[in-house]
Amino acid sequence: MTRTNGRTVRIAAGQGFWGDWLEAPVRQVRGGPIDYLMMDYLAEVTMSILQKQKSRDPAAGYARDFVPLMERILPDVVSRGIRVTSNAGGVNPRGCAEAVLAAARRLELPRKLRVGLVSGDDILGRLDELLARGHALSDMESGRPLSDIRDAVLSANAYLGMAPIVEALRGGADVVVTGRVTDTGLTLGPMFHEFGWSPDEWDKVAAGTVAGHIIECGAQASGGNLLKGWRSVKGLADPGFPIVEAASDGSFVVTKHAGTGGVVSVASVTEQLVYEMGDPRSYITPDGVADFTTIQLRQAGRDRVRVTGIRGGPRTPMLKVSIAYFWGYKAVGTLVYAWPEAFDKARAADKVLRHRLADLGLAYDQILTEFVGVDATHGRLSGAPSPELPEVQLRVGVRARERAPVERFTREIAPLVLTGPPSVTGFAGGRPAVEEVVAYWPALLDRGEIEPHVRVEILEA
Amino acid sequence: MVARRPSTRLVQLRYLAHARSGDKGNTANVGLIALEPAYYPVLVREVTPARVARHFKGMVSGVDRFELPNFNALNFLLHDALDGGGTISLKTDAQGKVYSTALLRMDIPVPAALARRVARP
Repeated sequence: MTRTNGRTVRIAAGQGFWGDWLEAPVRQVRGGPIDYLMMDYLAEVTMSILQKQKSRDPAAGYARDFVPLMERILPDVVSRGIRVTSNAGGVNPRGCAEAVLAAARRLELPRKLRVGLVSGDDILGRLDELLARGHALSDMESGRPLSDIRDAVLSANAYLGMAPIVEALRGGADVVVTGRVTDTGLTLGPMFHEFGWSPDEWDKVAAGTVAGHIIECGAQASGGNLLKGWRSVKGLADPGFPIVEAASDGSFVVTKHAGTGGVVSVASVTEQLVYEMGDPRSYITPDGVADFTTIQLRQAGRDRVRVTGIRGGPRTPMLKVSIAYFWGYKAVGTLVYAWPEAFDKARAADKVLRHRLADLGLAYDQILTEFVGVDATHGRLSGAPSPELPEVQLRVGVRARERAPVERFTREIAPLVLTGPPSVTGFAGGRPAVEEVVAYWPALLDRGEIEPHVRVEILEA
Repeated sequence: MVARRPSTRLVQLRYLAHARSGDKGNTANVGLIALEPAYYPVLVREVTPARVARHFKGMVSGVDRFELPNFNALNFLLHDALDGGGTISLKTDAQGKVYSTALLRMDIPVPAALARRVARP
């Protein structure tokens, strides 16, 4: 099904994260011509949340929003010949794929739906065997070996690249459902499938990686969260999510559907390109290494940015593994203090609170106080606040390995209303909730330990 | 404070650049993009890692800088900026989303001739 040279393939972003605007994929499918809809659901900690849900209910463990969303758009997807790539499968891609098939059956579509199921990224069940064979799976930040926290591990998944997506598309999948496939792989897969590129054409890999990075955060590339000239960005009530028009030479145009809000400009694309960037010369994915200093951007019409010149290098022998483990507990309490001397009152209340926590002999890993309206976002850079500030929110957070001190902290906020400094309000929400903290442990593992386990199946309904 | 040279004026970065920031673990990154190509060499010369480290003193443990001349941009990594980062952090800005505008608060010396052309309210 390789398309001829000269044709472009239109890949549209439908979701930038789990919890993104629900109307976006519907508008992408109905608002103009697209060939692929890619939907990214997995942030670093999402896998552990999904693992927790699966441990309570074996049928859960995937991004549940994906299924009703697919039910809304499947009739259009089928009639327009659009193909969907998504990592909504989380830690249960099979459950997710079967739920999509069930939705397809309910809709009585004019033809059968083929769902590509990608599995093999989940290595939770193989961890002890991998450790026993000498893989340390050390934390990439601290260097500590995984054995230090082995008992607390909740989920462990390797980041897969585009290969299984290409295979699923080749197998005729209308919808590809994966677990921990990289955000960029969801865009690279369709490009490599359509253009028949070889996986060792590193400049093409780099180009697709950059295309994927530009659209993986949805409207953040098309006017959302755009700082430059933010007042002049119109129509954000109905933002057009970004679309990549890819050509077989590796160049592409970033655009959005006509008649939608937001803006696609060199500024909007540049802000997204520098988002979460490390060393720009070496943007590493499972598929290759992209050099962001080679990217050339040019405005090529209204809401059209042409992207050319991208160079890259070979993939590394290791794959990144995302491990989530149970860390402990945290809670955040807030109160609002009113004029006059709002900041001084809030500061006095913080002192009283800390004194009481100390008197109770409670130990914390961290107690963090912020004054919203004074220093919560920019710290001391904000300068001294005016004594005429209308109000200040006192925001105190604590974390500890044990639940008890955090639990007790949540009962020390409300008493401040009647036993602390005056002019205090804003306690309508009740006692703060104790949250379980699941922390992230990034590690590296040899490709050879993962790739033979990756499986692609085509299911039909 | 940055020493003022005779032929320069101090200009706040917000009038010379736009920015976006994000997180990677306990590190925040800030991409700083010149509003005009003519401002980029000034950013390269004046927004040094040492000055940025001083700007964020007490808030970060170290600063790395990378150049992206193709975007007229600099990328800064601000280490240990996020109280542990991710889900551990207790900060309002646990994901480092607004370190971007915190950097734009910085004053840098700009040649007087160029400073006169900078659009300010």
